[in-house]
This record gives sequence, C-alpha cells and structure tokens, in this order.
Amino acid sequence: MADQITRTAHDDAPLSAARRADAAAAGLDARSDDALLGHTVCIGRPRAELYAFWRDFSHLPAFMENVQSVEIQTPTRSHWVIAAPAGRSVEWDAEITEDVPDERIAWTSLEGADVRNSGAVEFRDSPTGRGTFVTVTIAYDPPAGEVGRLLAKLFHREPKIQARQDLRRFKQLMETGEIPTAQPPQAAPRA
Amino acid sequence: MRALTWHGKHDVRMDTVPDPEIVNPRDAIVRVTSTAICGSDLHLYDHYIPTLKSGDILGHEFMGEVVAVGRRNRKLRIGQKVVVPFVIACGQCFFCRRQQFSACDNSNPAETAYMSELLYGYAMTGAFGYSHLTGGYAGGQAEYVRVPYADVGPIVVPPDVEDEKVLFLSDILPTGWMAAENCEIQPDDTVAVWGCGPVGLFAVASAFAQGAAQVIAIDHYPHRLDLAKQCGAQVINFDEVNVREALLEMTGGIGPDACIDAVGLESHGYSADNVLDKAKAALSLVTDRIHGLRQVILACRKGGRISMPGVYGGVADKFPIGALMEKGLSVKTGQTHVQRYSAKLLDMVLNDELDTTFLISHRLPLEEAPQGYRMFKEQQNEVTKVVLKPGATLQ
Ligand SMILES: NC(=O)c1ccc[n+]([C@@H]2O[C@H](COP(=O)([O-])OP(=O)(O)OC[C@H]3O[C@@H](n4cnc5c(N)ncnc54)[C@H](O)[C@@H]3O)[C@@H](O)[C@H]2O)c1
Ligand SMILES: [Zn+2]
Ligand SMILES: [Zn+2]
Repeated sequence: MADQITRTAHDDAPLSAARRADAAAAGLDARSDDALLGHTVCIGRPRAELYAFWRDFSHLPAFMENVQSVEIQTPTRSHWVIAAPAGRSVEWDAEITEDVPDERIAWTSLEGADVRNSGAVEFRDSPTGRGTFVTVTIAYDPPAGEVGRLLAKLFHREPKIQARQDLRRFKQLMETGEIPTAQPPQAAPRA
Repeated sequence: MRALTWHGKHDVRMDTVPDPEIVNPRDAIVRVTSTAICGSDLHLYDHYIPTLKSGDILGHEFMGEVVAVGRRNRKLRIGQKVVVPFVIACGQCFFCRRQQFSACDNSNPAETAYMSELLYGYAMTGAFGYSHLTGGYAGGQAEYVRVPYADVGPIVVPPDVEDEKVLFLSDILPTGWMAAENCEIQPDDTVAVWGCGPVGLFAVASAFAQGAAQVIAIDHYPHRLDLAKQCGAQVINFDEVNVREALLEMTGGIGPDACIDAVGLESHGYSADNVLDKAKAALSLVTDRIHGLRQVILACRKGGRISMPGVYGGVADKFPIGALMEKGLSVKTGQTHVQRYSAKLLDMVLNDELDTTFLISHRLPLEEAPQGYRMFKEQQNEVTKVVLKPGATLQ
C-alpha cells in the first residue's frame, strides 16, 4: 500500500518529486489541483520509536516551526493552531483517517478548516539497512484572501522548504535528543 | 563578555556582547584561555565567504576551561581543560558513525542548513565562527563560548600541559595530518606541498611522520620557507623559479607522487557578496581563483594523488579537467574530520613526537585581536601564526 501511493506512474521516484504531480494520485484525501509536497529523511532510529513519537501529535510543535499547538480531543481528532503574524492564527480540526502502527498515519482536515489539507507520514525500514525512511506527504488547497495573505507572510519561504526544515528538526531530535540552534536560550526552538 | 566581532570587509572589532548560556542539554560553556587566528579567518576578513552578519563572533581555534555543563552531558565536568574541534559533530548520525565528522548531518540548525543545501546539494556541518552557512554559531575569539554537542568534540587534556602545545588540535594540526593521510603515502614517495602557512607546515611535518621519503614545499615568503626547511622539506620559491620545472628536475622527470594544495582561495578568493536566495544566482556569481590548484594538477605525476585541504567555496573557471582525467589522478579533499584524529594526535603531542609550537610568531591579548588580523593579513612573511589570550593585559 505504502509503495503504491508514493510512486510516480513511470519510474521509481516518489510522486512528490514529479515536476507536475496530480495530488489526487497521492492516496490522500486530496483533489487533483491541490498543492502537493513531500519529503523523505533517513533517521538512524527504529521504526517503532519514530512512529510512537509522531503518533502523539502533542509532540509535533517541538519540531514544526509554525505549529503553535496541537490539542488532542479524541484518540483520532485533534485541533491545530498555526501562529500567524499580528496575533492572528490559522486553525483547523483534523481527523486521523488511517493508522497502521509502526508504518503509517494519515489525516485530513474537517469541515470549516481555515486551510483544507490532508497528509500522511510513512515509516519504512531503509531498503539498505540504514535505519528508517520517514516520508511526509501533504496536499493542501492554497488559500486565497485574508488567510492566504497571513500564510504567505508566515511561510516567507516555500512550504516545501518549511517541510524539509521541520523534518530535519525531527531527525535531529530523534537522533541526538535535541534540536541544534545557534540562538540564545530565550530564542531557542522548543526542544 | 568581550569578543572579536565581524562588521564588514576588513572591519573586525572588540565588542562587549552578552555571555553565552547553556541552551541544549548536551552543551557546555568554555572559558577561553587561548585562541588563534586561522588562514580560514582571513577568508572571512576579506569577505570571500557569504552569509556573514554584522556582529558575528569569529574564531574556531580555541581551548579553555569548562565552566558549565548541560544536564545530559555525561562526558565533561566543570574545571576540565579542553581543546575544542572547529567542526561541531553530533556523534550519532550516519556520517559521524562513519567518522566523517565534518559531514555531520545534524549540527547545522534547520534554519541555516537549507542555504548549503541550495549551494552544494546537501546541508554542511555546523562550525564555530564561520558564517551562517555553517550554522551561525558564535566563535572562539571571545572570553566564553557555548559548545553544542560538547559530549562529542572537546578533547580533555592534562591540566598541566601548556596551552600552546595542544591548542592546534582544534584545527590546523589534524588538518595538516589529514592532508598527508589523503596522500596515501608510500615509503619512496615525494610529496609536494603548495603553501607554507600553518596548514602547509603541519602537512610537511605530517608527511614525514607518515613516511614520505622527500617533501618539497612551495611558497614565496622566505621566512615561511625557512620554517618548512626546519621541518625537513626542500623548498621552492615560486617568485624565483618555474615550479613545475623545478619539481621535474628534483624528481628525475617523474614528478611528485602526491601534491597537497594548502593554499585555497586565500590570496584571491571569489566574490560572493550576495547572499544565496537562489542557488543558480549564487553559482553564477561565485568564481574561485584556482591558480595554485591548476599548478598542482599539472605538476602531479601520472597516476598520482592530490590532497586539497585548502578551502574553496564556489565554482571555478578553466579547471584542467583533461590533465586530471588523462593522467589518472585521484583527488581527496574536505573540511577536516577533526574528531577522528584527536586521540592519536594528542598522544603524539604529549609524547613530543610532533612539534606544535614552532610556527607561533605572535602572542597578543584578545583585546588586540583586530590588530592581529591586520598583521596576519598584511605581513604574511613574518606573521605565521597569532595566538590570542583573553584576560591578558595590554602591552
Ligand atoms: N580543510 C580544512 O579543514 C581547513 C582547515 C584549516 C584551514 N584550511 C585552509 O587551508 C588554507 C591554508 O590555511 P593557512 O592557515 O595555512 O593559511 P595562510 O594564509 O597562512 O597560508 C597560505 C600560504 O599559501 C601561500 N600561497 C599563496 N599562493 C600560492 C601559490 N600559488 N603557490 C604556493 N603557495 C601559495 C601564501 O604565501 C601563504 O603562505 C586556507 O585556504 C584555509 O582556509 C582548511
Ligand atoms: Zn582554522
Ligand atoms: Zn553527526
């Protein structure tokens, strides 16, 4: 299953590396014209440990720069708050749509989301025995209007680069127990 | 505390800045007792390396006393005397596990790592006082330094050993050693070394220690050539002779078996005054001057080895790729995997198998660091290595 959702049609590269990807083919709760981004890192820790850390969504703000909080409401439902400039926030409720222990977690935003989005994180043994491949795939409906402007300010870099940075922090935290920073304490990321 | 800060090309100053604090659980804070100015610092001084910010604290060769230790650091204790490698390495990633410490995948913060991803395809390691490409970590030309992953890098040395004897374990000694190791020296080899700065001089000494039959050192500063001679090298002054012809004559027409480029972009450099928001833009701006390296490639014997400790940052024109391929040369290079050599070199230094102090020409109070930079830049012949002492009184 994991394999079939992440591959492009004609070769072995993941769908997120395609020059023009059809988000509907990503196996998410997404539409064809949604923006799609994905990224894989290899982390030198066991699959089960990485899955368990991620599955507790309250851990996510530790390494996701713009995520202010994830409030767990029921075992499958959570409320996400993204801090935006000028005291504003971008929020949504998310529902876990798939949960295969040690392998895959998928989620989708619910009715009323400021940004409609869906995503999945997969954990696979590295094919060459080098730890665990962690792949995040996210599809979202690029927002227009007020929310779009707020988000554009927030992600002054491309969302794709933001996702890579967040995954780098996840790797740093899981491999070394902390998230490196050159900033003084009060400015440090929440590790 | 007091620290040497960068403010622009040829503008470094002593400033009063906030003391560093423990940030992460594996950190330590070191009170600096000795720190040095490196040829690599001149690349910053001349603003050849992009992504410096006004106020950045420079310096990556330093040692001192541990004065604070993070709660998860189980290696260091307050009061220990340590030398700190310039490469910051986590000890746990794919690369650190293979002893490729200067390729550490974790030590460059995510906020800065993307810049080298754009420039080189992969994120470079973190390092002290060496621009935001390597993480923007505050450097060691200061009274105190925060050392991340301090349970991996710092080398604990005996309390009674003189600073100057062990200080260069932080960078230039392992750099010279690795430069020689990358030559894969055989007993009847001739090794040629371009550049008789500190790195070149330690490369000469290391090549002999690793069994080279003959070492030939090349520079144009008579005093630096004298120091190379003291290490046992034969010397060539490139202002006076044709280097390639001299090398051919001295090797019976075979050419040197291995050649070390210990010059780098030093005297010329590349002009990346623009921060890289797009790799393409950056790459088309950046052109390293590789005059020395071209000579190295042309002079090396057929089937020989090239070792490049000299630092380059961008792209280069007229790279003699034909000579490289047709002669079947192999090339090894990179920032030094300092931590790989710490234990071995500390032993050699403590047993007096390597002289580490002969190249120090000047000792200054830290307060006079700006003058130290000026001297090291403008009087290269006499000023071979400057060691700075925090807390020392002005003369
Ligand atoms: N790889 C590493 O980890 C590492 C570590 C430290 C330093 N370095 C680099 O090593 C290089 C040397 O460092 P250093 O501290 O000895 O610097 P330095 O500036 O003191 O010495 C460079 C020497 O090269 C000589 N030179 C210049 N052009 C030459 C040429 N065409 N032929 C022969 N000699 C020439 C200069 O006269 C000078 O004596 C620098 O590029 C530095 O950044 C690399
Ligand atoms: Zn150095
Ligand atoms: Zn590492």
